[in-house]
Amino acid sequence: MLNYDIVVVGGGPAGMAAAIKAKECGVDSILVLERAETLGGILEQCIHTGFGLHYFGEELSGPEYADRFIQQIAEKNIEYKTDTMVLEVTADNKVYAVNSTDGLLEIQAKAVILAMGCRERPRGALNTPGTRCAGVMTAGTAQKYVNIDGYMPGKKVVILGSGDIGLIMARRMTLEGAEVKLVCELMPYSSGLTRNIVQCLDDYGIPLELSCTVIRIHGNERLEGVTVAKVDENRRPIKGTEKFIECDTLLLSVGLIPENELTREAGIALDPVTSGAVVDESRQTTQPGVFACGNVLHVHDLVDYVTLESYSAGEGAAKYVLGTAPAKKYITTKGVGGVRYIVPQKVNLNAGEDVKLYFRVGRVYKGASVVVKYNGYEIMRRKRPRLAPGEMENVVLKESELQKFAEGGLVEISVEE
Amino acid sequence: MTKNIICVACPMGCGITVELNDSGEVLSVTGNTCKRGDAYARTECTNPVRSLTTTVKVDGGIHPVVPCKSADALPKGKIIECAQALRNIEIKAPVRIGDVLCSNILGTGVDIVATNHCPEG
Repeated sequence: MLNYDIVVVGGGPAGMAAAIKAKECGVDSILVLERAETLGGILEQCIHTGFGLHYFGEELSGPEYADRFIQQIAEKNIEYKTDTMVLEVTADNKVYAVNSTDGLLEIQAKAVILAMGCRERPRGALNTPGTRCAGVMTAGTAQKYVNIDGYMPGKKVVILGSGDIGLIMARRMTLEGAEVKLVCELMPYSSGLTRNIVQCLDDYGIPLELSCTVIRIHGNERLEGVTVAKVDENRRPIKGTEKFIECDTLLLSVGLIPENELTREAGIALDPVTSGAVVDESRQTTQPGVFACGNVLHVHDLVDYVTLESYSAGEGAAKYVLGTAPAKKYITTKGVGGVRYIVPQKVNLNAGEDVKLYFRVGRVYKGASVVVKYNGYEIMRRKRPRLAPGEMENVVLKESELQKFAEGGLVEISVEE
Repeated sequence: MTKNIICVACPMGCGITVELNDSGEVLSVTGNTCKRGDAYARTECTNPVRSLTTTVKVDGGIHPVVPCKSADALPKGKIIECAQALRNIEIKAPVRIGDVLCSNILGTGVDIVATNHCPEG
């Protein structure tokens, strides 16, 4: 059996940042386990720019953003194993993993950082009727084919869902010579960033149809076309609006789900809204010594925020290992009145620093206010010109404010129009 | 004349209003929340530009392609043409991040540089 102070599950932006921070906080014995052949995670296939504007103050592509952290991992001599699949994290923080050189690894960790990222919702999650032909795949799968394997998966493309990956792939397929006929979105608004609608669709004259979905998939061996239809306010297809579109490829960009099989099996409490673990401000889960950060905790829009969150988790794990973590005296947080969720779900009043609460709203608001209440009393009100489900918001609870709260208290965030 | 545009300089996506006179000169820029937004709005109304990210084929690397970007913004109208041109070139491995894969693409004065490593495989 191997022994490490901290084992990090996942070598993407979250895992790398957490490992780097833990090392800087004085923990030397760290092992990062990565399933893919290289460190970097999903950034390796996200070749478009837009990463790092908040954190580095410059606009980098995904591989460039990842490379800055891969360099630091090397400089700090942080151990890692690629091509390594973690099978289980136990209740006493033992990690079981497997690869083709070491075979089965049994690792006793003092702390574990979960940084497995998320997965795309596949066709099976949509129950779209039709045949099981080739040519139907998630936008991220197509992204890997094109950007890593140098392989174009199709020529005439329809994209279902207007999440950022779908929008980015609309442009990417166009640049590689494909014709993107339509992006359709079930909701009356896009879940992607506005700038991606402008620079990925509008720039190339690709139509975006809102309140519209694919109701049938046609084709024997290969996809031959899809039937799309408008939907009503209950997201039901409207009879008479059906339209057949000839295409050989259907890309799905219909949401991301944190990949929490390991977390669930370990018996760690999950938040039903985020599908990630319930955590405190140091990103510690309900299992002592197990931390979670990045998209495995909740889906972020910007990797910059993943990096910052993962620094918190790395620092939290280091303090846990070094025995310097503050005593726990928790309040809980709750999203109400238009706020779908808040991370972290609980805050330690002894945190000793300002705590940022990240949250998402359920629909688009214009000129609304974000209201923070403690045990029913308003403590903060901030006007926001625009709030949208696709854009994560945050408010800061000042350390001085935390001092005034009592254990067991409740902080609620809501939207008021 | 006023033009309403959405800034793509960063993920904020600010809505910007630009006032232009009859000869197309910018009179005022409002709605932006940073300097980059002001600059973006001015060029967008006079000489729109975009950066290009794509891939270039690699011979003998760990992957068949390496990602790349334009070192500077290119004229918006030339993006598709530049992407086409880059589909027709092939580089020999190894490629290092920052390597120039194509200099002065289509006479624009802009270089195309690698955005990842591609060691020999």
